[in-house]
Parts: sequence; C-alpha cells; structure tokens
Amino acid sequence: MIKLLRPLNRKLLRDLWAIKGQALAIAVVIGCGVGMYLMSRGMLLSLAETRAAYYERYRFADVIAPVKRAPEALLEEISALPGVRRAETRIRAGVILDVEGSSAPITGEIQSLPVIPTPHINDIVLRRGRYPDPQHEEEVLALDAFTEAHELGPGDHIYAILNGTRKRLTISGIVLSPEYIYAISPGEIVPDKKRFGVLWMNRDALANAFDLDGAFNEAVLLTSASSSEDALIERLDSLLKRYGATGAYGRDQQISDQFLTNEIKQLETIGRILPPIFLLVATFLLNVVVGRLIDTEREQIGLLKAFGYTDRAVATHYLKMIGVIVVVGILIGVALGTWLGRGLANMYQDFFKFPFLLFRAPLQVYLVAIGISLLVAVAGTFSSVRRVMRLHPAVAMIPPPPPDYSRSARWIEHLSGWIDQPTRMVLRHLYRWPRRAAMALLGIAMSMGLLIGASFSMDAMMYMVDISFNVIDRQDVTVNFFDPRNDRAIYDVLHAPGVITAEPFRAIPVVLRNGPRMRRESIVGLSPGAELSRVVNTNLQPVPLPPQGIVLSDKLAQLLQVGPGELLRVEVRTGRRPELDIPVSGVVKTYMGTAAYMDLDHLNELLREDTAINGTYLLVDPQKTDALYRELKNTPLVAGVSLQEEAQNAFYETLQDSLGTFVFFNTLFAGLIAVGVVYNNARISLSERGRELASLRVLGLTRGEISYILLAELAFLTLLALPLGAMLGYLLAATLVKSFDTELFRIPLVISPSTYGYAALVVLLAAIGSGLLVRRRIDTLDLVAVLKTRE
Amino acid sequence: MESEVTTSTTAAFRAEGLTKVYGTGEATVYALRGVDLEVPPGEMVVLLGPSGSGKSTLLNILGGLDSPTSGRVFFGTRELTAFDDRHLTLFRREHVGFVFQFYNLIPSLTARENVGLVTEIARQPMPPEEALGLVGLEQRMDHFPAQLSGGEQQRVAIARAIAKQPNVLFCDEPTGALDSTTGIVVLEAIARVNRELNTTTMIITHNAGIAAMANRVLYMADGQIQKIERNPTPCAPDQLSW
Repeated sequence: MIKLLRPLNRKLLRDLWAIKGQALAIAVVIGCGVGMYLMSRGMLLSLAETRAAYYERYRFADVIAPVKRAPEALLEEISALPGVRRAETRIRAGVILDVEGSSAPITGEIQSLPVIPTPHINDIVLRRGRYPDPQHEEEVLALDAFTEAHELGPGDHIYAILNGTRKRLTISGIVLSPEYIYAISPGEIVPDKKRFGVLWMNRDALANAFDLDGAFNEAVLLTSASSSEDALIERLDSLLKRYGATGAYGRDQQISDQFLTNEIKQLETIGRILPPIFLLVATFLLNVVVGRLIDTEREQIGLLKAFGYTDRAVATHYLKMIGVIVVVGILIGVALGTWLGRGLANMYQDFFKFPFLLFRAPLQVYLVAIGISLLVAVAGTFSSVRRVMRLHPAVAMIPPPPPDYSRSARWIEHLSGWIDQPTRMVLRHLYRWPRRAAMALLGIAMSMGLLIGASFSMDAMMYMVDISFNVIDRQDVTVNFFDPRNDRAIYDVLHAPGVITAEPFRAIPVVLRNGPRMRRESIVGLSPGAELSRVVNTNLQPVPLPPQGIVLSDKLAQLLQVGPGELLRVEVRTGRRPELDIPVSGVVKTYMGTAAYMDLDHLNELLREDTAINGTYLLVDPQKTDALYRELKNTPLVAGVSLQEEAQNAFYETLQDSLGTFVFFNTLFAGLIAVGVVYNNARISLSERGRELASLRVLGLTRGEISYILLAELAFLTLLALPLGAMLGYLLAATLVKSFDTELFRIPLVISPSTYGYAALVVLLAAIGSGLLVRRRIDTLDLVAVLKTRE
Repeated sequence: MESEVTTSTTAAFRAEGLTKVYGTGEATVYALRGVDLEVPPGEMVVLLGPSGSGKSTLLNILGGLDSPTSGRVFFGTRELTAFDDRHLTLFRREHVGFVFQFYNLIPSLTARENVGLVTEIARQPMPPEEALGLVGLEQRMDHFPAQLSGGEQQRVAIARAIAKQPNVLFCDEPTGALDSTTGIVVLEAIARVNRELNTTTMIITHNAGIAAMANRVLYMADGQIQKIERNPTPCAPDQLSW
C-alpha cells in the first residue's frame, strides 16, 4: 500500500510514526475535550428531551394547588378559570409505610386514582401488574424505585398508616410517574429509594380513609400555552383561600422537577467549563509540538522547496500531519463521549426513574465538537504553518546559527560561583525560551487545576453534610405530625422508648414578599434554647434565635433581596391566614434549601394561636431505636419520620455513585493531560537537544549527568507549576461553586489540603513517569552519529 | 577506574585483529577487517583515507565510543574491549579528549563554561582559563558560541578536550568545516597541546597535506591499514601545504 503513496505522503506516515507517542498524547487530550463535551452536552439534551417527552406524554401538571379540604364541586370553577386547559382533583397525603424487614418507619405519600382507571393529568406508567380492582379497597399501585429497593412485586403486601389507622395493603401493580422522576422525600437532599415510597389507591377507598368523601385536597392543572401562570396562581389562591390553600405552585417548584433541573444545570456547567480547558491544553500542545517539529525539519523543508515543491504543497504536508492528529483526536472523543454518555444514561436511568432514556447527541452537537477541534488545530498551529510557508529554501538549508544565549539573565551570571555548568545550561535554556517554558508550566498547572476542580467537590459535599448534620441539624429523628398539636404532644413523644430529648417545631406555609419579589416558603418556628436543630451565622457559629422578627437563610435573603432590619411581608397560608409585616432580624448560613426561622413562641403569638407544634426533633438512644420505631409506626398522630443517619448514609452512597464516578474520570483525564504535557515537553527537548546531550556523553558525562540536564528543567517546571496549579484549581473550584449555587443547595468552597496533595501527587507521578520514559531513550542515544552529523 | 601513567615502554594503544561488521546477510558491511595497531605515547598520528575506509570506526573504537565485532584493544595495560558501558564512560571522562568536525559546543554556555563543563568532572584538570590560553582565546573566554567564529569555536572545543589533561586526544576532521587560514590556527593549537602536554594525538582527515605534521601516518583503505609511514621530522602547521 505504501508504494501507492506519493513520496511526500510516505514521509508523512513515517514522520507520524516517529512521533506516535506525542501525536497520540495530543489526540487523547483533544479526545478528552471532545468526549467531555459530547457527553455533557449530549446528556443534557437527551435528559431535557426525555423529560419534555415524558411530561408531555403523561401530561405532568403545569400547576399544583394543594388545599386542606375542598368540595369536589369546586372543580368546575377551577376548570373555568382563564388559562386552564384541564383540571383534575385528587387526594394526596403523607403516610408512614411499614415493610417487612425494615424496622425503621418509612415516609411515603399516597395518592388517589380516579375511578376511570388512569388519571388524565399526572398519568402513571404501569410497568408490571395491573390497576387496582375497584372492588378491592386494599389494592394499591406502588412506585417502581421503592418496590425495587425492597424487592416487592405485584401480590406482595405492605402496611400503611392511613390517617392514624394501620392498614394492610396489597400491591397490584408497579408504576413510574413523571411526578417522582427524582423520588425524594420532602426535606431530604438526596433520594433514598428504600426510605421513600409512593402508593396509588382507588379514590373512594382513600377518601374513606382520610374523611374526604366528595372532597379533594389537591387540584392539578394543565394550562394553555398562551396564559400567564402567575396570574392563574393568583386566581387559584384567591379561589381556594377558603379551603385552606397553602398556595398553588408551578411545575418549576415541584420537588422532583427542581432536582432534575438542578441536575441539568450541573451538566450544563460541566459542559461549559471543562471541555474548553482540555481544548486549550490541546491547543498548547499542538503549538509546542508542531512548532518544534517544524524547527527540527527546517532543512528538509528547504530541500523540498529547492526541489520545486510549492510553499503551499509543503504547508499542506504539515497540515495533513496536524489533520491526522486532530481526526484521531475527534474519533477518540466521539467514541469516548458516546461511551461515557451511554454509561451516564444508564446511571441516570437507575437514579432517576424514566420509562425511557436514550443517550442520543444530535448531529449538531457532533458538528460543534468537530468544529471546535478544528479551531483548536488552527489556533495551535497557525504560526508554525505560516513559518513553513515563509521559509526560503536557501536559508533553510544552511544550518541555523547556534542560538544566541549572550543576552541571558544577569542573575544567572551572579550565581556563577554557586552552580555547576549543567545547572547553568538548564537555567539559560529556560531563560532563552521563556514562552516555551511558560507554555509547559501552564499546561502542567492546568492539569493540576483540573484535578483539584474535579475532586474538591467531594471535600465540599462532605463539609456541607458535616455542617448540616453535625452543626445545624443535630437531631437523630424528625417526627412530623398530621395536624398542629398542642405542645403537650411533645410529652407523649418523650415517653416513647429511647427518647433522650425532644424539641418542638412548627412549620407554617407562607408567601414571603419584598416588593415584586415573592417566595413560597415555610417558616420554621424553633424553641428559643434549641439544642438539636439550630441556626448558625455565616461563620458557622450557632446563634440563638432572636425573640422577635424573622431569620432568613442567606440564599433566601439573596433571592428576596432583603437584609437585616428591613420589613418582609409574610402572608400566612394556614389558620386565620394573617398577613403580617415582620422585620428581618438575622441572616443565617444554610447549605440546603431556603429556610426561614422564627422563635416558636413569637410565631404562635403572631398567629394568635395557643402553643401549637407540627412535630419534634428527637435525640435518641441508639440502643433502643427498634422499640422507638415500633412505637412511632403505631402512633396515629405521626405523619412522617425522617432519620438523620439514614439520610446521611443515602447521601454518602449517592455521592460515591455519582460524584465518585465523575471524580474518577476527571482524575483520569487530568492525569492524561499531565502526562501529555510533560511527556511531550521532555520528548521534544530530547529530540532538539539529542546531539548536544550525545556530545556530552562522548566527553565523558554519565547517563545520569545528561539526564539531569534534560530532566532538571522538567522537574523545575513541574515544581513551579504546583503552586500555580493549586491557584488555578482554586479558581476553577470557585467558578464551579458559583455555578452550582441553586435554591436546593449550595456547595461551600472548601478544598482540603489532601485534595491539593493528591492533585500534586498525580502531577508528580505523571512527570516522573514521563521522565522515566524519556530517560530510557537517553540510554539509547547514538554517540557515534554525533561526531559526524551537523545540526 | 584508577588513573595510571603510561610508561614509554607500553604503547598508548594497542589493537589486535580488530574487526567491525555492520548489518547481516546481503547488507553486511565490513568497516574494519582485522586491524593491528600500536600507538606509542605522546605521538601525533594522522589517519588518512577515503570515505568508508574505516578511519572513523577505528577512532570510535579506540575512543571507547564503539566496540569491535572481534579483536581486542588495550589502553596501556588495560583491555578496553572488556569494559562495560559505565567503565567506558569513566575511561572517556578521565583519559580521552574529543574534538568534533562540527565543534559540538553547548550554545547555552560561554567558552569558559564549555571548558568548565569538563573540568568540573575531571580528576586533575587545568583551570579553564589556562586551557583557553593554550589555544589563544584568552580574550574571548566569556563569549557564547553564537558570538565566536568557526575557528574560534573549534579552538574552544580543543580547549575543552585538553583541559582535563587527557592521555589521548582524538580529532575527527577538526578542520573539515574551516577555511585554510583558520584550519592552520586550529592545527597549531592541537600541535602545541601535543608538544607541551605530551598528549597522544590522533587526527582523522581527508586532507593529505596535514600528514606532514605527524610523527606517524596511517593510510587506510577497505577497513585495513594499507601503509604506515613514520616521519622523523614533522613540520610546524604553518609550514603545511594545504
């Protein structure tokens, strides 16, 4: 086949073969950038598209309006509101579930199924089994994730505490729902398949259980595209006010959708920040490698031109070489991106429950990736190729004069007495080619920065969890009651086995307004001397709740653009529904959610109600949890129980699964960049200085001594790159932290020393590995050739 | 490797049946075909011969850069052909000076520093300044290679080669890249070193005129020494007919 090629193309293939290691290193770096882009961008689009299709096909509600109890007849009025395409009513309530083999009570939700078997809005996907038989009250549908976690199937039984009554239910079918793609219990931060279950029950049966015959407690609506959702929500709120509405909300406030949006946002951030870093490094590498390759081929270029090859033909020759590297890079990237994308899609499929999720990056994503890679190639090699064009054959064939080092730095001269000649060579070489040194330095630093940026999120998450669970919310168990109770309820709980301390809380639904800015939130009332669930100031010091006013989490204060001392309009959506102007008395640090706090007594005073509570925080004796759980499962007033330790474990597990994989791949990529940069530099230095080094060998310098000359420069640059890399890593982490700042959670900018150390270690290992590879080549330098060849 | 002063009774170099074969099968090339040789210490030897006659191969083997396919080489009383790579490196480091056709100076070091590169690792070196003085470059010591002419660069290379006070100096086409005037200046430097330091010197050249300054001239062809001429009255380099 070689024979069929024109000589210049044969030279191309052989040249490429000669620099295969370096060419591959560059191609891999390009491939990482392209792959990362394809993966994140493709996954983002696949996820968004899947979500849209899922919502569309199963008619996920645009607006959800919970009430305490409203007559079914109201549906007509709701449907008649302008902007409503269709409305349905339903019953949705919290339940405590009890599954054999799980001692801890499980928090869940139960929903009504209309008599006609499938709901029109918020339809469900029947995976296995069948819809409940209307004649059998005890039959229910159950959410796939939950049944999977407990290995339950159609025909299996489950116990639920419905409005204080324990019932044995039979699972008739397993379903998915667009409402529970991210199946998470309210108030938690990560989904826990085992600890959150959702059931669907025939409407009549559920209405019986909750005393809602001929009534509903939630309306779900589809809106017409042209109408204003805000206006509709206002109308709904005023219509439903009398029925104990806590406030209608749009799909974007629905918890599963919020988390999904958050995930998509993170993918977008990754796709925006990381691939450019890889491609920038690839640009550097191309610039360095091709530039220096052309320098070493100066004479050949002159010769080709002297033979009559045109400037363009010679430049095309080098462009082809660059083209091959870039095309290989793109191929690696496409394969890598598709592979990673499929893997990620599987992970998401497992994590989020979609009836279908295919990783399919549209053609334009591929085209953008390819286009960007070509841009990288042009940017990286433009000046080198132009140099090829401009080189005159006569000039090129005369060996270049020895590079002039006479204008080297004064300070090197001042060191004369201190350093030996090899070290002087290293320093002068660095000083003579500062741009080259800077590029190598920056390349190594970037790989380290990327490592830090990729792995710091673990530190930050751990820190966040530590602060959230060990400083802010220190309770072991949170018990929610069905209705506000007199605070004497706490004594009932205190008598439960294993309870060491109990602290009451009250959460009330409110709408907070500051001018045009409005948020639907809960205000949590805490007892003044609370020791379990506390608030912390921005220095993470626990602070007592002020007896007056409202305390906001920093994120909420930012969203409402309100600060301490300013008045906030609080529209209470429960009880007598007062509207109050309350001064902001403090801003506290939270990493999760957008909480608002008040002194419990003050809150009840403002509501003009006797001391009432929604639940308690408990500190429990770990030896006696089983007994406590049994008691809680059988206490009628308990609507939900969340267990701190389980939540923490679920968080760590999720972290390991998702973030761990992400960190692993990034470490791999960053390691590849480090090797790519360091190896390329060492390799090129060797080919440029091979003659010089071989002469020194002839003069009697040992392999170790000449390795020093070559590798000391690399070591120097690598060591210099470490602090710079740490800085770049910090900046990258800060950028990521900023873009991950959402209502759901904020990641603190915390980078542990071990992360810096780990990143430095990977870079050093990459450098040492590259050094050893090059060192092996030093051992095979041809000493004899040196005597004869000129440069 | 311990330094050992070669006495006049021992040859500086002795080679027995040196053969060097490159390649195998059809591509086999005999660079040396059974060369026997003795070089007395302190002599100036010139190797003459056409390209491919084996001059460089012989020089490389004597200088410890290459090893013969068969045959033995003795440096003084020690057998070079029995040395491993590490000992060959030490041998070059302590006993041998090389001068290349294309100077091979380190561009990032000044003339003085290029010499210093070798004196730093040698056992009994002369100061770099003294070595540069021997080749007449006292005034150019702090110049970089880029600031020196070809002849000056070659003289720095000679200073670098002799600063360690080697037992032997190998020069492979030392004047090959120089014009005649400059070439003579370089040869004068080599002759002076040979005379004043008693360094055994071997020069490879295409230029038959240079032979007149040698004590001994080896004519090589086809990998063999065809003829050895002894010259009882070597002339000074400036007397050479170029």
